[in-house]
Amino acid sequence: MEIISIKPLLAVLISLICALLIVLSRKNKNIRESWTILTSVTKFVIVASMVPTILRGDTIAYTLMSILPGIPFEFRVDAFGLLFGVLASFLWILTSLYSIGYMRSLKEHAQTRYFACFAIAISATMGIAFAANLLTLFIFYEILTLSVYPLVIHKETPEAKSGGRKYLIYTLSGGVVLLLAIILTYSFAGSLEFMNHGFLAGHASPEMLQMLFVLFIIGFGVKSAVMPLHSWLPTAMVAPTPVSALLHAVAVVKAGIFGVVRVIYFVFGVDLVSELDMGIALAYFVSFTIIVASMFALAQDNLKRRLAYSTISQLSYIILGAALLTPSGLTGGILHIAHHAFMKITLFFCAGAIYVVTHKKNISEMNGIGRSMPITMAAFSICAIGLIGVPPVCGFLSKWYLSMGAIEANEVFFVFVLLVSSLLNAAYFLPIVFNAFFKEPDDKSSVGEAPPFILIPLTITAIISIILCIVPETLNPFLQIVKEVVENIGWKI
Amino acid sequence: MIQNFPILVVILPLITAFLIPLIGWWRKKYCLYISILSILSVFIISIYLLNSVMASGVVRYDLGGWEPPYGIEYVVDLLSIFMIILIAFISLVIAIYSKKSVEKELSDNIVAFYTLFMLLIAGLLGIVITGDLFNLYVFLEISSLTAYALIAVGEKRDALLASFNYLIIGTIAACFILLGIGFLYMVTGSLNIADLSAKLPEAYSLYPRVVLAAMIFFVVGLSIKMALFPLHTWLPNAYTHAPSVVSALIAALMTKVGAYMMIRIMFTVFGIHFVTEVIPVTSILSWVAAIAIIVGSINAIAQTDIKRMLAYSSVSQIGYIVLGIGLANSIGLTGGILHIINHAFMKGCLFLAVGAVIYQTGIRDIRDFQGIGKKMPYTMAAFSIAALSMVGVPPLCGFFSKWFLALGSIESGKWIFAVIILLSSLLNAGYFFRVLEKVWFGESPHEGVDEAPKSMLVPILILAAGCILLGIFVFIQSSFIKSIANTLL
Repeated sequence: MEIISIKPLLAVLISLICALLIVLSRKNKNIRESWTILTSVTKFVIVASMVPTILRGDTIAYTLMSILPGIPFEFRVDAFGLLFGVLASFLWILTSLYSIGYMRSLKEHAQTRYFACFAIAISATMGIAFAANLLTLFIFYEILTLSVYPLVIHKETPEAKSGGRKYLIYTLSGGVVLLLAIILTYSFAGSLEFMNHGFLAGHASPEMLQMLFVLFIIGFGVKSAVMPLHSWLPTAMVAPTPVSALLHAVAVVKAGIFGVVRVIYFVFGVDLVSELDMGIALAYFVSFTIIVASMFALAQDNLKRRLAYSTISQLSYIILGAALLTPSGLTGGILHIAHHAFMKITLFFCAGAIYVVTHKKNISEMNGIGRSMPITMAAFSICAIGLIGVPPVCGFLSKWYLSMGAIEANEVFFVFVLLVSSLLNAAYFLPIVFNAFFKEPDDKSSVGEAPPFILIPLTITAIISIILCIVPETLNPFLQIVKEVVENIGWKI
Repeated sequence: MIQNFPILVVILPLITAFLIPLIGWWRKKYCLYISILSILSVFIISIYLLNSVMASGVVRYDLGGWEPPYGIEYVVDLLSIFMIILIAFISLVIAIYSKKSVEKELSDNIVAFYTLFMLLIAGLLGIVITGDLFNLYVFLEISSLTAYALIAVGEKRDALLASFNYLIIGTIAACFILLGIGFLYMVTGSLNIADLSAKLPEAYSLYPRVVLAAMIFFVVGLSIKMALFPLHTWLPNAYTHAPSVVSALIAALMTKVGAYMMIRIMFTVFGIHFVTEVIPVTSILSWVAAIAIIVGSINAIAQTDIKRMLAYSSVSQIGYIVLGIGLANSIGLTGGILHIINHAFMKGCLFLAVGAVIYQTGIRDIRDFQGIGKKMPYTMAAFSIAALSMVGVPPLCGFFSKWFLALGSIESGKWIFAVIILLSSLLNAGYFFRVLEKVWFGESPHEGVDEAPKSMLVPILILAAGCILLGIFVFIQSSFIKSIANTLL
């Protein structure tokens, strides 16, 4: 059943209004930051209040106006969109707290611009999550691209500026390819509305549809950092750490992933994609990224860059899961959107905490850091283990489902890919943990933990990463929502 | 009174142009006010005319009671009224802006400036309202001659050269158009557009070569007038050296009126069947336009003078409009006409914003724009909105021109044009983000620079708001323009 409600629109608008309030109260930074906190909490409450409705099997829709003939500016919250919405809005609260601690500790300049752009970016992320059709999604996708640009070049150094340019070239090019794909879709089908079983079947010749599929994957693939379209992401690590944490591990990159899954399951539909033989082809394509990005990660000494390459690899897990076109594969993929978000944001938070306290960016300088920052490094270790896929951290759960999915699809090769990648993850994460706890510090000057604004968020996300694995299935909100997604598509798990 | 509204659209600015020297003799500053008053009345009349066109179809007006095809006829149809409203609105906004700018740049010639300004607007309005080909030529000459003069009053001596260059090329174009009109008159014996287009098929069967030659004269002449690549060479210098107000006016309106003439001649005079099947001039035009889009953008990237960059960007954007004409299907033409209004707002806003920066600081080199956004935040915010719209960021208006043009290309099976349009938005991003990065990030070396005065800022902000509103409410204007396109095809 479709329920008409203004909630999705509110969830998008509230942080846009927040951006305005931030700019208006730029003179008093306490008032300015309280707007951020206030709206992030309100936003989460709005989004979370939609969960029971969606779990009942209903959808929530709101049409604002017509953009073009046959394309309304419309929001429709289904289980998949809600998962992304809940995730991003929840992590925004923690990131806001963290940002305040981080930006104030480092006495960063242009904080008003920073917080305002952050709010716009989150607003756009909600728009992407709740968009009912491709054009609505695309509008927010482009707004997201642009609102993140000032955050990437926040430092205004030549390095930041060139990183920003690279970011823009990649993402705008991706946007253009995506737009071509959307226009073609509209030209074929006369509609852009997401459907549970896709809407493109029978509207064009198979070769045309295959080409269209490839265009979509290239378009969304830039933000999903699929190799060889990935190289903006490590460069964008020049941004302040909270930006890397929320946007380059959760919102921006997952917006690309979100688009890929939307296209596979809600534009083309499972049957059409498997008819076109594009699912397994895509799975093989991203397997390359999974392995090679992990190898690149091994070679990085800058902690944030290593995390960035790890992100590139992990993002392709999600696409792999979706591309397998099996219930467990999809479950694993979507679950990994949430699980990877919690684990990776923790790792970035830790990297930022180390930077705030010690101003160290490189792994080789971090020997013995676990002794002076035990909580931070404990959180780091938990999530590093989780990304390797060891229980009882949630990364295990998604890898389990992904492997199941590969077996269901009769493609044991991908189980092998996941295993190799786990080994590589271990190879680039465990030395950091080992050196932090067991090596002697280089300088004896004892530094403490980061300020509470920084420490508390990263502790929370680390704990959640464990809880998501050990909690019984019925109490795990993400697993419940994912089940709803899979049922909507017409599968049972 | 009311039945005389069509003629008032032209007469009001024309009379104002003659009144201004008299009033200027008495009080110089009243020149501006009477100009604004006159354009405002035209705007109000045009809204009324829009209502009657929407309610009861095409409004016709016979000059001096002489019935067509013998007398001159004014015809207000959907396309005309669309252009009239656009011209009236944009020139009103620019007139308000002109106060400070003209006082500073042209302090000795205020009276002459406003006389020419009103003559130019009268010419432009005349072109779009007349239903008579020779009358169209007369108004074209009025607007061109005033434009030459307005460009020549620019500050530097380069302006004279630019104007002279434009005069030579523009006069050749005018000759071509006149020859085209003459040839058509020879074979049909009529100058009234409706009458002429009815007699043309018969004339073509008798004198195919004459009609063909007329067609070619029109296409080449109009291409020069609207600066379609490779006949665009007059444009960059003219836009660069003209006073800011004039740059904005001719960039936003004059080339658009050229596009209007192209649409009229192609689809109303010759007719869709003739231009697509008898002589496939539209498909040639669309290829030329595609090259213009790319070449214009690449040239824009290479510029360091910001006005010259905007000028080359215009060369590329004119390509969009011509591409829409060349596609000659409902969606493509909708995109082309949509881009007439969208580009008028975007480019108008960009030129006015740059004019405000030049007014406050005198800088024109892009490299000097460092940190200007912190000093003139509202002006540069408007500049950024218009620039993003040019890049094609949704939901700003420029995105939807691209949408319709790309969709139109795909509908007509010419995918390559869709790819070119989208590629060009990347090139647009290339030259605009180069400016935006300078404007917003980094320390400003400009000490003591303030925001532009209100009389300049408000028009800039109005046009920037237009870029947003035309995008958000694209449904309304696109369905209106679609009905225009359908009446033409």
